[in-house]
Amino acid sequence: MADIFEKIKDIIVEQLGVEPEDVKPEASFVDDLGADSLDIVELVMALEETFDLQIPDEDAEKIHKVGEAVQYVIDHQ
Amino acid sequence: MAVEIIRVGIVGIGTYAPERILTNFDLQQTLDTSDEWIYSRSGIRERRIVAENEATSDQALVASQRALEDAGVRPGEVDLIITATNTPDMLFPATACLLQDRLGATRAGAFDLLAGCTGFIYGVIVGAQFISAGTADTVLVTGAETMSRVINWKDRNTCVLFGDGAGAVVLRRVPDDRGILSSMLGSDGSGGKFLNMPAGGSRQPASSETLAQELNYLHMNGREVFKFAVRAMEDGASEVLRRAGLTKADVDFLVPHQANIRIIEHAAKRLKLPMERVAVNVDRYGNTSTASVPLALDEALQSGKIKDGDNVILVGFGAGLTWAGLLIKWYDAKKQG
Ligand SMILES: CC(C)(COP(=O)(O)OP(=O)(O)OC[C@H]1O[C@@H](n2cnc3c(N)ncnc32)[C@H](O)[C@@H]1OP(=O)(O)O)[C@@H](O)C(=O)NCCC(=O)NCCS
Repeated sequence: MADIFEKIKDIIVEQLGVEPEDVKPEASFVDDLGADSLDIVELVMALEETFDLQIPDEDAEKIHKVGEAVQYVIDHQ
Repeated sequence: MAVEIIRVGIVGIGTYAPERILTNFDLQQTLDTSDEWIYSRSGIRERRIVAENEATSDQALVASQRALEDAGVRPGEVDLIITATNTPDMLFPATACLLQDRLGATRAGAFDLLAGCTGFIYGVIVGAQFISAGTADTVLVTGAETMSRVINWKDRNTCVLFGDGAGAVVLRRVPDDRGILSSMLGSDGSGGKFLNMPAGGSRQPASSETLAQELNYLHMNGREVFKFAVRAMEDGASEVLRRAGLTKADVDFLVPHQANIRIIEHAAKRLKLPMERVAVNVDRYGNTSTASVPLALDEALQSGKIKDGDNVILVGFGAGLTWAGLLIKWYDAKKQG
């Protein structure tokens, strides 16, 4: 769990160019981390690649916060 | 028995961009959009739009004349003309034939090549085969596009992304230690539905109904194309390196299809290339489809960013879906004297 969070944090820091300490479970990608719609697409693709997942659009649309991304990966790995 | 390897390179290049500039601010006047949205999502600031009396062959003609002049080749020496375009002057005859006539390339065979925005790279790969096989000495490949005539100017999801323009290159044999080292062609027709013009062909001929339903315009699922594009760029570049037995560290310069800066940056990051070694002109031209790679390549050459002996990757993607990569050890004919 902690391991997955750290990996996702690295991806977010890299993709969005934000500070690691801002990547908290309750942070919203759009409102707190400044992501736009294409950043989200790139993040989802990075998650798919890193965790060897297929994330359908209807699932991706429900991921708004860092914690939701972590939970999604835990549930689907 | 020793097989002679004939290396093929680009020995001349020419481009054409229409005079009229349409900026994001101009688009804001007629469309519910903003410079901020367009620039942040695509990196585009402005694009060129043809004059009322201009079409694809007009643009291709100027670019081709410039390419032939750059190569020091007379039209009568051209053996083959390949015109990559998605926006031919008309469905038939081929725009390449219209070009052949206007150039006075009396000895040349001519055909159009349809492979979406990847068409130019496809064309260079196809043209090079004729030279390698010894069946042609001089091949002219053009990428020419009049996107402004096929986009729906009321659809903000697509119309802000595209522009008009043309580019042409002359292919010939080059010294054995220069020229095309490897290439790859890809296609995935299952994604054809993500980027198409539904009507105007034999399935749905243009009719008052198709016009009313706006089916004679370009239609695109931007998100699906984006995801495909990011993967296609990566695959095209890594595949040509693998086929040539080279690695990322060997790449000197990247000329990617200019559709969206976000896709270009993604590709550069994957190749671990700093943006100084990546051609970018999408800010000034938007996506000119088949013209994008030659326009970007020409700029990089003009500014001295590509030198003789550099390993240059051309990579692109587009409707089809298609994608392609080309790895060239650059041959600078002028430098060689
Ligand atoms: C087209 C592209 C920039 C759209 O980005 P996106 O993040 O997928 O954008 P979306 O379509 O999800 O739209 C996001 C929002 O912006 C809006 N929008 C779309 N175009 C807009 C524009 N020109 N101006 C302002 N807003 C716009 C949408 O309506 C949507 O609003 P909503 O959230 O209220 O519904 C992107 O998908 C892309 O570049 N795809 C690749 C296209 C390409 O390269 N094609 C050529 C291949 S050769």
